[in-house]
Formats: sequence, structure tokens, C-alpha cells
Amino acid sequence: MYNFDFEKPSTVADAVAALGQEDAQALGGGQTLIPTLKQRLASPSKLVSLKGIPEMVGICRGDDGALCIGGATPHVQVAAEAGDYPALAALASHIGDPAVRNRGTIGGSLANNDPAACYPAAALASGATIKTNSREIAADDYFQGMFTTALEEGEIITEVRFPVPEKANYQKFVQPASRFALTGVFVAKYADGVRVAVTGASEEGVFRWTEAEAALSSNFSADAVPSAPSADGMIGDIHGTPEYRAHLIAVLTKRAVAAAA
Amino acid sequence: MPKDHGIGAAQTRREDVRFLTGQGNYTDDINLKGQAYVHFLRSDVAHGKIAKLDTSAAAAMPGVVRIFTSADFEGVGGLPCGWQVTDKHGEPMQEPAHPIIASGKVRHVGEIVAAVVAESLPQARDAAEAIELDIEELPPVVDMKAALEAGSAKVHDDLTSNLCYDWGFVEENKGAVEEAFGKAAHVTTLELVNNRLIANPMEPRVAVGDYTRHSDESTLYTTSQNPHVIRLLMGAFVLGIPEHKLRVVAPDVGGGFGTKIFHYAEEAFCTFAAKACNRAVKWTSTRSEAFMSDAHGRDHVTTIQLALDENNNFTALRTDTLANMGAYLSTFAPSVPTWLHGTLMAGNYKTPLIYVNVKAVFTNTVPVDAYRGAGRPEATYQLERVIDKAARELGVDPIALRRQNFVTEFPYATPVAVEYDTGDYHGTMDALERMADFAGFEARRKESEAKGKLRGLGVNCYIEACGIAPSNLVGQLGARAGLYESATVRVNATGGLVVMTGSHSHGQGHETTFPQVIAEMIGIDESMVEIVHGDTSKVPMGMGTYGSRSLAVGGSAMVRAAEKIINKTKKIAAHLMEASEADIELKDGAFSVAGTDKSVAWGDVCLAAYVPHNYPLEDIEPGLEETAFYDPSNFTYPSGAYACEVEVDPETGKVTIERFAAADDFGNVVNPMIVEGQVHGGIAQGVGQALLEGCVYDENGQLLSASYMDYAMPRADDLPFYSVDHSSATPCTHNPLGVKGCGEAGAIGSPPSVVNAVVDALQSAGKNVTHIDMPLTPARVWAAMQ
Ligand SMILES: Cc1cc2nc3c(=O)[nH]c(=O)nc-3n(C[C@H](O)[C@H](O)[C@H](O)COP(=O)(O)OP(=O)(O)OC[C@H]3O[C@@H](n4cnc5c(N)ncnc54)[C@H](O)[C@@H]3O)c2cc1C
Repeated sequence: MYNFDFEKPSTVADAVAALGQEDAQALGGGQTLIPTLKQRLASPSKLVSLKGIPEMVGICRGDDGALCIGGATPHVQVAAEAGDYPALAALASHIGDPAVRNRGTIGGSLANNDPAACYPAAALASGATIKTNSREIAADDYFQGMFTTALEEGEIITEVRFPVPEKANYQKFVQPASRFALTGVFVAKYADGVRVAVTGASEEGVFRWTEAEAALSSNFSADAVPSAPSADGMIGDIHGTPEYRAHLIAVLTKRAVAAAA
Repeated sequence: MPKDHGIGAAQTRREDVRFLTGQGNYTDDINLKGQAYVHFLRSDVAHGKIAKLDTSAAAAMPGVVRIFTSADFEGVGGLPCGWQVTDKHGEPMQEPAHPIIASGKVRHVGEIVAAVVAESLPQARDAAEAIELDIEELPPVVDMKAALEAGSAKVHDDLTSNLCYDWGFVEENKGAVEEAFGKAAHVTTLELVNNRLIANPMEPRVAVGDYTRHSDESTLYTTSQNPHVIRLLMGAFVLGIPEHKLRVVAPDVGGGFGTKIFHYAEEAFCTFAAKACNRAVKWTSTRSEAFMSDAHGRDHVTTIQLALDENNNFTALRTDTLANMGAYLSTFAPSVPTWLHGTLMAGNYKTPLIYVNVKAVFTNTVPVDAYRGAGRPEATYQLERVIDKAARELGVDPIALRRQNFVTEFPYATPVAVEYDTGDYHGTMDALERMADFAGFEARRKESEAKGKLRGLGVNCYIEACGIAPSNLVGQLGARAGLYESATVRVNATGGLVVMTGSHSHGQGHETTFPQVIAEMIGIDESMVEIVHGDTSKVPMGMGTYGSRSLAVGGSAMVRAAEKIINKTKKIAAHLMEASEADIELKDGAFSVAGTDKSVAWGDVCLAAYVPHNYPLEDIEPGLEETAFYDPSNFTYPSGAYACEVEVDPETGKVTIERFAAADDFGNVVNPMIVEGQVHGGIAQGVGQALLEGCVYDENGQLLSASYMDYAMPRADDLPFYSVDHSSATPCTHNPLGVKGCGEAGAIGSPPSVVNAVVDALQSAGKNVTHIDMPLTPARVWAAMQ
């Protein structure tokens, strides 16, 4: 680790101000950022902890019925308190291990946008809204490729709003070592259609499998899931080939639909 | 009723109180006054020429004490190799220099290029970043087959090729083996990879060097399985420090699994630097460093062939193996694919003719050496896989085929130079059949199929050579050390005992089991016995703990020393009771005269030895302290039969272990609970190898599985509840306790049954899959099914 300054503001405004300093960086649960610092792969001048901002922690229902989760809410709290959206609570309960769930936050996960992370699939499949200190971003516009998002420098995710679906399920097939998603599929059925988001598989990061969405919107059953998508552009590494990941997408989508239905 | 004291009692481990309450004293807990810290700058290139190494700017950084490069180690010896293998032409292996700090060339990612000693670790790291290092990349040698091709780049320019040795065993049998294959009714051939592993003990390696100027004494605290061996190797071959000026301490060690046997550059460095800087120097490995500097294990590529006659009797076996040595020869590396592997190829079977060829190969990867089982898992895996394949090809029951070929008469001299003293292979197989409920398998398979899963059953046997080893024999085989063990038993005036043993406990529970043996011999409570180990200034000599040797060899030395004590106390007791020594009996902690009611307590006799007022001074010396060195006359041969039942998800290829049964013959058992724990841990590592663990290098020699994000260790939820049995025991005939050793069995015996089970599951679904290389990850199993 290199030296850095540390601040723990209690309002979003103060956090935004603190992040104005050159090379300052937000700190959520630190589950990604701290290991990066330990390996000396990043050298922020200042870390601004978001964990002391009461308005960024907690879960409630919005006027439009959406489930609103504060950007600094840890996974353990989502697992315990997001009962109105069981698939989301279940997803949170399977992230990492208890230590990771106690510290890691939804805002940190979405800001990091790891190509194998779970929350991005939920946000994209739910058509969630990413609320920041300055604007609201639709999930469809937010995810822009591996580790890349629409966030500007110093912009903070303050809340994530999930429209609650009629039915939903997340199927995570774990990578044996990290137990992140080797491939994960989140299926959410709304009155106006079905959304299917895939994580872990594509070199472009989380994406919507629109072919499956179309098929499932007219017939929400496992049998309706199309055959595996093309392996082009899928990730190939020591844990699985592009073909394997493409195959898993179809298998997991079927299982998610079956579990949700 | 189960015993609660002495041999056979399932006592809980006394050392766990310390470990589980955070009171352990590990090497990293040792902090010496004024200590400095070292950070090693390591190569991030697999193979290259050091074109520029300028430390001048770094040396001026805050807190830097001194920066060391290879120039500081001129005149210092390199790391020695402890075993010389002779090739099939009678020539010695090629043995390259193994520098403490890379000199001229780097040969693997992770090799030390420079070392920064500073007041604090962050300062050392900062300064290391300021070192100007320029490495000109050379073509990396990664694949073993390619490494042996003419024209391959060479890892060591001064060697003739990348071939360390070409070993044939038994060379004289080769012709007869060929002939038997010519006559065979059936030949089964299997090509397989024994995957490279990284041991990953929970505690990473640590070394603290210290130096006392006025007495010119050096001390090394280190995470070692054998501190005396380190003292000998480092003192005599590397740094030139005589043993009376060098103390090596290995305090509590958090797991070794073989990887802490070897003498490492960091140990020599800290000892050397402490003297050079005249202050203590400490290094604590990060987990990332451990992945690229701890010796790796396994990494064989093998073709095995089994010949059978028309009645399915095994008539001959031959194997060809490429064994990866990595970039340098780690301490015992050459012995692993040869003497610890070729000698086990007979397995539990009376195959009359065997020929083993092993080519050891240098590559630009981390050195490879012994890892739990060391050579014996590689032998067991190929043999038990090829037998399974043969059974399928012949359409016979794999258990019946094994039983038909079992060795049944002991002692049995194998065609690969070892003689099994005892064993009962039908007995362990019977025990396995009782536990594993083979009869219920078909019903369980149907249940799995109803859930859309495939179910498979795999069985294997194993034999291992433990209790390493007779010194005169291993000397002939190329060992540059003896493999005896020593123990000193000191009895204090009030009757309590301290045993100083050369065995080293790094998780095995010696502090519990060794006192059980003494308690049994004297008839006292275990609480009267204390064990001291891991410090060359306290224990006379020790070859350490590996090769499942602690109880069989170290325990035998302790028994011999305790016997000397008992003989002496009997003389004293005879004197005190005015009786003949021949009539003295020691039972339940008291001496009595046979046929009388005369008796004197153990404590009173011990007191007499130290307060010799009424004492046979003309015959024996006062005091009670005895030392024994024990050199075994043979290896011990634990054996067993294992069964694994798996479910395979045909859609994803994911394998789950549903049942696992292990029937072992460990001879006599001192503490059944600890033995069971050793088996559990061994199976966890075997299952890890079979399903999860894979050390992978890319074609550039970069380690792809360089952290827990990519190297999968087995976790509790990857493993089932095991059924274990060690009731089918045939005691070892040549050591005083009749024990065989249990430390490596689980890791040796489990991988083949897992793979056999997966192949069985896939074939049950009509898939023509005869083999999948470990680890059987979901992706590999799925690919095999396509
Ligand atoms: C062992 C382990 C296992 C894991 N397993 C999984 C898993 O199975 N599935 C999974 O999805 N994830 C997994 N994770 C990742 C985990 O979910 C992390 O919590 C998450 O990736 C980062 O969240 P954090 O709050 O810790 O963020 P931090 O590490 O603090 O920050 C990560 C990045 O996000 C930025 N950031 C943090 N908060 C905000 C915010 N509110 N607004 C804007 N930017 C912000 C930081 O500046 C930094 O760039 C695992 C992590 C570990 C260590």
C-alpha cells in the first residue's frame, strides 16, 4: 500500500466535495479496492469512505413501488432485508463469504462492474435505475463493458432502484476458485415483458440476451429458451472456454425460468 | 470399552488449546530487537538475461539498510540438492548451480533478483520499486516435450540439454518386459497428466535471521519441517557456518505438506544478511510470493501400459514419464519421480515384470519437489487408472480384477526393489465393501438419474512406502543424507519426562501421540510427559517429518531411548528393593518384585537417580537421561482400498462427491482420532487434486493460477462426510511399535477413485469417455462429454 489520506464524511455533499481532490477515490466496503491497494496497483491520494453517510445505507420501497437500496448498503443487509424482491436477496446472500458480505456494498459492486460480478446482472435484468449524487442513469445506459460504467470521475452511486418483478430468479454457476460467477443469468418477468441479463460470460461484461427475452416474453417456460448463443466474444480462460460459457448461458437461463415459474 | 490412556486412546490434541486460542508461537510471531525487514525483488519474466541492475538510486531511499544482489553472494555456495540420481547409462544427473540471488540470468517468474533490507517493510518495498532492472527476454522453456526437442532454448546454458536425467528402472528387466508385452493376450494403454499442484499451507513461509557478533553465532527461525537438515545444508554447503555456531529453530509451523522440507534461498539470505548487517533480518512471504516461490508438486506426463494374459492376470507393466523439475533442483526433487515413484509401481499386485522410465526435465517454472505423498500418488494414480481402464476394456468387474491380482503372501519382494513386510489387501477390500455399500449403488444410481444426474462409483487400492528410510539403502540410491531419527528422553527427579525428538510437528499432533506411547510404556499419565522439538539447540539431531515417518522412525527412536531409561530404572528399583533385576516388573507406574508384595513407585526411583544416597553408584551413573538413534531396516507399507461415489450434472459437467469410504491398514494405531483426521485431510487434498487444483503456466512461463482467485483449494462444502476404517491392520514387523504411518495415505489413495467414479458416471450415460485429466473441472467434464 502507498500512503493516502482518509476521510469519512457524513453527508453525500461532503463526500462529493472530498472527492474533488485530485486522485481521491471513493471507498465502499473495500473488498475490491483494499486488495488492489495492498498489491500497490492503485495509488489514490485520498480515500473517502461512504460508510458513514446514513442516507446511503438501508432499504425501502419508493412511491412507484421500486425497491430502493442505498449505495453503501452491505450485501448482508440486502440478503436479510430485501424480502420484497426474493431473487435479489438470494443473490446477495451468495456473494463471497460472510466477511465479504458484511463489508462489500452494492454501490461498490456496481461501480466496479467486474465482468463476473452478480449485482450487475440483477440491475440490468431488473431495468434498475442507478441514482448518483448528480443524476439518474438507466441500467441499460450504465454498463459499458468490463470494469467500465457511465460514472464520471468522483460521481457517487447513492441509491439503486429496482422495479420489483412478478417473478425472478438468479442462477449463478460458480468459478471453482474465486466463486464469482463463471457464468450467471438473472431472469426477471415484468408485466410488460421478460428481461434476461448474463454476467461472467462476455468479454463486453454484463449483457442482455435479447433473443431469450423475446422468446420468454411470449412464453415464460424453460422450453421456450432458445439454444445457446454464439460463442463469439465469450470469455475463454483456464476455467472455461467460450463454447462452455455460451452453453452455460442457455442451461442457466432454463434453470432460472424453471425456478421462477 | 475404548481406552482413554496410552496406545489406542482417542485423546484430544493437547496442542489445540494453544492453536485454537491464538497462543501459538509461529515464526512470524518472532520479532527480535532492532530487526530489519527484507523485500525481495522478483523476476516477472520466466527466462531472460539481466541486462541492467542498478540499485544506486534505491540505496539512497529512506530507511534502506542495504541492498543485496548476486554480487554479494560471490564466494557463497548455492542451494545444494540432497539427492543424486544416476541415469540408465550409469551417469550422474545434470545438476545446475542454484544461486541464492539470480546471477546473469533469471529462470522463472518469482526468482529473486535483488533484496532490499530496510527499517520497515514499506520502505523496503518503496526502495525495490526504485531499482532499475532491465531483463532481456529469452525464449521461455515451458512445455516438457518441447524442452527435450533438439534446438530448444536451454534453461541452463552450461548443461548439455534440458534433460536432468533419463532413468530406467529396473534397466535389466527391460528386455523381459518387452517380451511379456509381445506375448500378452491384452494390453491396456493410458496417457495421463498428473497435474501440477501448489501446496498452500495455511501459514506462508517466514524466515528471521539473527546474529550475535561477540560469539559469532547465527540463528535462523524458519517455517521448516526439519530444522536440523536446514542447519546441515545451509551451514555446510551454503554459508560455511559450523553447526556449533548455527542454531535453527522451527517453532509452531502452520502446515507443511512437504513444501517446508526444502532449504530455500530466503532462509540462507536472512541468515547471511543478519551477519552482513549485524542485526536481525525478517522476511514474511506474502501469499502471492508463496505461489511463485514455494516448491510446487507433481507435474508428470505419463504413458502407462498394462499387459494381461488370457486369464486376466497382470503379466507386465511399463511406464514412460516426463517429470518436471522446474528451473532448479529443489532439495529432494530428483528422488520424487524415481525412488519414491518407480519403487511403488507394483502397487498391491503381483505383476512379475515392471519397467519404469522417467525423464526429468528443466523448465522455466518454479522448482517442483515433494508434496504430500511425493511420487507415490503419481504411481498410484497411473496404476489404478490403467487397471480400471483394463477392467472396462475386458468387461470384468474392476474389484474382481484387482482381487485376482493381489499380493497375498508376505514378505513379498516386488520386481521394483522393495520388500513388503506385511499387508492384507483382501482384508482392506472387505472392509471397504462393508462400509461403502456397493450393493445399494444401483438403487442410488437410479435415484440420481431420476433427478437428471449421472452417478458413478470408483474404487482403487494403494500401497505406499513410508517410514522413510533405511540409511544404507537410500545412500546406495543417491541420498546425500541418512534417514534415521534421534530422541532423547530426560526424566526429572520428580518423575516427569521430557522427550526431545528430531521429528517435527507441523499439524500432526506429536505433542499428544508421543506422550501416549511413553505413558503406555511406563504406566503413567500422559500429563507427566512433555515433547520438545524444532530447535537444534535442544534436540541432539533430527531428520524431521515427511514421508509419514514421525511415529515409525522418530517414535521408534523414542521407544528405544525410553527402553534404555526403563532398563536403568529397573536396576535402581532392584537395588532399592534388594531384589534381582530380572525379577523387577514395571506396571502402572510402579516397580514390583515378581512373586512378592514389594513395590516402589516410579517417582521414588527417579528421585533416587538424582539424590543417590541409597544407589548402586559402583554399577550405574546417577541421573536419568538417554538418547537413541533409530535407523529403520525397511520402509513401512501402509495400504488400503478407497471408494468414491460421484454425481455428475450432465448439463454443466459439475461433479459432486456423494460418498467416500477409505479402508486403510496403518498397522498399530496410537491415536485413532488423530489418524482419522490425517485421513480426512489427506482425502481433502486428494480430492483437491482430482477436482479442483490446477497450477497453470501460459506459453510465456507466466503463472496463470497465481492467487486464490484462480487456484481452487478444496473447501468444506466440496467434501462429503467420509467413512473411514483402519481395523484391518497388519502390524509392521520391523519397528518396535508395529506402526506404518498414516500422513500421506489419503492424498495418495483418493485421486484415482474420484476419476474412476467420474468415468463410470459418464459411461453409464453411454458416453465413450475413457479418461479425463485432473483437475476434473466442470468445463473439462462437459467438454469430454461433447
Ligand atoms: C473473496 C471475495 C469474493 C467475492 N465474491 C463475489 C461474488 O461472488 N459475486 C460478486 O458479485 N462479488 C464478489 N466479490 C466482490 C464484492 O461483492 C465486493 O464487495 C464488490 O466488488 C466491491 O464492493 P465494495 O463495497 O467492497 O467496494 P470497494 O472495494 O470499496 O470499491 C470498489 C470500487 O468502487 C468504487 N466505489 C465504491 N463505492 C462506490 C459508490 N457508492 N459509488 C461510486 N463508486 C464507488 C471504489 O472507488 C472502487 O473503485 C467478492 C470479493 C471478495 C474479496
